Amino acid sequence: MPTLTFIEHSGTTHEVHGEVGQSVMQAATFAMLPGIQGDCGGACSCATCHAYVDEAWVERFPPAEGTEVDMLDNVTERRANSRLSCQLVIAEGMDGLLIRLPASQY
Amino acid sequence: MALNSVVIVGAGQGGFQVAASLRQEGYQGNITLIGDEPGLPYQRPPLSKAYLLGKISATALLFRPEDFYTQQNIELVHDQAVAVDRNNRQVRLASGRSVDYDHLVLAMGAHNRPLAVPGAEAQGVFGIKTKADADALAPLVKEARNVVVVGAGFVGLEFAAVAAANGATVHVLELGDRPMARAVSREMSELFRCAHEGWGVHFDFRQGIGHILTEGGKVCGVETVEGKRLLADLVVYGIGVIPNLQLALEAGLDIDNGITVDSTLLTSDPHISSLGDVAAFPCIHNDQKLLRLESVQNAVDQGRAIAARLVGKPAPYTALPWFWTDQGTLKLQIAGLSNGCDSTVMLGAPESNQLSVLCFRQDQLVAVESCNRPGDHMAARKILARPPRLTPAEAAAPGFELKVWEAANRD
Repeated sequence: MPTLTFIEHSGTTHEVHGEVGQSVMQAATFAMLPGIQGDCGGACSCATCHAYVDEAWVERFPPAEGTEVDMLDNVTERRANSRLSCQLVIAEGMDGLLIRLPASQY
Repeated sequence: MALNSVVIVGAGQGGFQVAASLRQEGYQGNITLIGDEPGLPYQRPPLSKAYLLGKISATALLFRPEDFYTQQNIELVHDQAVAVDRNNRQVRLASGRSVDYDHLVLAMGAHNRPLAVPGAEAQGVFGIKTKADADALAPLVKEARNVVVVGAGFVGLEFAAVAAANGATVHVLELGDRPMARAVSREMSELFRCAHEGWGVHFDFRQGIGHILTEGGKVCGVETVEGKRLLADLVVYGIGVIPNLQLALEAGLDIDNGITVDSTLLTSDPHISSLGDVAAFPCIHNDQKLLRLESVQNAVDQGRAIAARLVGKPAPYTALPWFWTDQGTLKLQIAGLSNGCDSTVMLGAPESNQLSVLCFRQDQLVAVESCNRPGDHMAARKILARPPRLTPAEAAAPGFELKVWEAANRD
């Protein structure tokens, strides 16, 4: 079971267990992580699971496309490594995945 | 008075959210979450689409895994609340157990309006509300050759798209004259009608179902009120929902289409809150008139608001309503409420299924419907969250883009 590290905007760090095949959003919400909401349940409809993938890990995920790209256009504090974490599927070999969280989902 | 015991009736989206948000807010007292369905609380939206198509698993439907409830000390009770004793602050359950509360949250949701026609009890006739409904329906969808959908609302059309994708011949019967008439503009209805027809879905508008034809207890067709017969080995209806008001009625709470709540989501009893599909709240986006909304956003945001109030952070509930539906390759997202809309401005290219319809009432932007233009939807949610100054004339100007306007008009 891969362990993911989330760093809140405040600097607080959380280690969260994820399952292969699960989304990063779901791993975060299952662990009650503050800062990731995932209101739409992963339908890529709400943009309340915005997160920054650490540069070292960005290329481990297929690039954002379609709906996700357009939704990201309007999140607060978008960066080059911004993703909607409901679209990031945890795969084998992702132990240590590092994700940073924005100050707010709004 | 210290709050030691919160009891939540209804373990759907809203009830679950109150429980989870209470713990996130730091509440340490008892939480009892009472649900009348088996299993762990789950999301309903995928039941009529992704879950039926096998795109997401039963585990992925869950809001949280089982150990969450243990770790967070949320007692999940599989039972049915049958009475509320407001004097003694107790909820009585079907099993005979009674649960005491300091504060009670009513989140019973709604049930499907039944298909009240002869033959509706036949095998092969389904509404989709629960996971059990979807689990029973899923194997039949794969085999169905002729599907009749009753009602061209969100659920009916989501299912029609699934059935068409599985290769069935699909007929949709709708009493109104266009798809999703209650929810979207004529322009958006037209886009969805064309798209569904492109997927092979047939619409019969202004047609009610007369009765269901059966053979050996199984559905074999339907006959419309006008006498038109359609073959069917599967009938799915989505003709609206009815709020589950019985408990609140018998408890003597004020009711007006839903359980009446004030701007902080308190019922006429100060020890009882209500939210989600079952509650009618004064909505600032609806001229403060009472409104009952059936949506994930409404349940989630109201759940958070109630939890915040219970830990001493009361605030009027003002969240902007938003909605979505996924049908085939189309994602429709709606921000705001288009009631009373008297003019519209279209953005995009309907011929390529990308369209946003800006809905104005007396020149005030009240809602934005976006199909496959999620950037517009996100911008619209920001624009509509405070009284917007966007005029129809500005929106209709060549080259107008919502997100550019939003960025230029922030505080």
